[in-house]
Amino acid sequence: MWSGWADIMDPHSLTKLNQCRRERRAAILLTDLGDGSDRVIVEGDAVDGALGDAVANAFRSGKSGTREVDGRAFFLNVHLPPPRLVMIGAVHISQALAPMAAIAGFDLQIIDPRTAFASPERFPNVRLDAEWPEDVLAREPLDAYCALAALTHDPKIDDPALTAALKADCFYIGALGSRKTHARRVERLTAAEISSASIGRIRAPIGLAIGAASPAEIAVAVLAEIIEALRSRGVGAERGKAA
Amino acid sequence: MSQTMQSAPPKDPLTIAEEWLKDGKEVAIATVIETWGSAPRPIGSHLVINKDGLFEGSVSGGCVEGAVVTEAADVIADGKPRLLEFGVADETAWEVGLSCGGRIKVYVERLG
Repeated sequence: MWSGWADIMDPHSLTKLNQCRRERRAAILLTDLGDGSDRVIVEGDAVDGALGDAVANAFRSGKSGTREVDGRAFFLNVHLPPPRLVMIGAVHISQALAPMAAIAGFDLQIIDPRTAFASPERFPNVRLDAEWPEDVLAREPLDAYCALAALTHDPKIDDPALTAALKADCFYIGALGSRKTHARRVERLTAAEISSASIGRIRAPIGLAIGAASPAEIAVAVLAEIIEALRSRGVGAERGKAA
Repeated sequence: MSQTMQSAPPKDPLTIAEEWLKDGKEVAIATVIETWGSAPRPIGSHLVINKDGLFEGSVSGGCVEGAVVTEAADVIADGKPRLLEFGVADETAWEVGLSCGGRIKVYVERLG
């Protein structure tokens, strides 16, 4: 099926897998349990047939396991980058969202140039960058396994971060603010020549509609929306292809 | 203020295996490929072993590592992968102490 080494694991597979992990790219180490050959599949690689379906499912769920395909047993070891939640704004909602998201297994980062907000006293045990988002994100780019929640209400701080998130194809992009606020945001981003398809990816008003009232309840709504986006990655894109 | 909260994460087994290989050491990789019941380490977990008997990572949280390391020496020697199963019903497994009540299947293969 492919030119792998039988029985033993090809060292190049390990090198490639480790490189993907360092670069925060999703990869599957596929082992044919019949002949012991391996290969690394990077997310986005074309894999045909029933094996392709199994691979797509594994990337989506993040679950490793053994799959029978055409009478052969394969082990799919899924290596997804740890999901990271980047919060723009060291605000009241972030104070609730940070501990909840940490419990749910996210790496966290809070960016807010306003030092009065971004203080370690308000955010113990959370990584804080008291700088402008464009500076932080130029140094450490976002990627497809990042979620970005823009929470400051201040276009000077939120807009550059939203733009960076759209360019990086973050799996989730949400922005706090009413429909009216969002309409003005859409106007600004459109004026900045960002396509309407891209702008349409921004979830606003932010969070699932559960009638959240307090900052903590809004944090629950936002976290639920982020998890929904994480676990349904690629589903919409595939539907689009099939249609 | 940046990065003060983060320390370098410990090296993971697959990174160590790659370094061993670069140093010219012979290496085997053990992987949990199936679990039943209360298994202490999830599917996909690795234990890596080199020819000197050094190992990193875990497939069971300590219960069966000794047995896997012993099998890995044979895998390194002949290059043939092994599929190992441990569980309470298995007398050998009981001896090596998978007392949590679960069962696991571990695939051991030589690297290179």
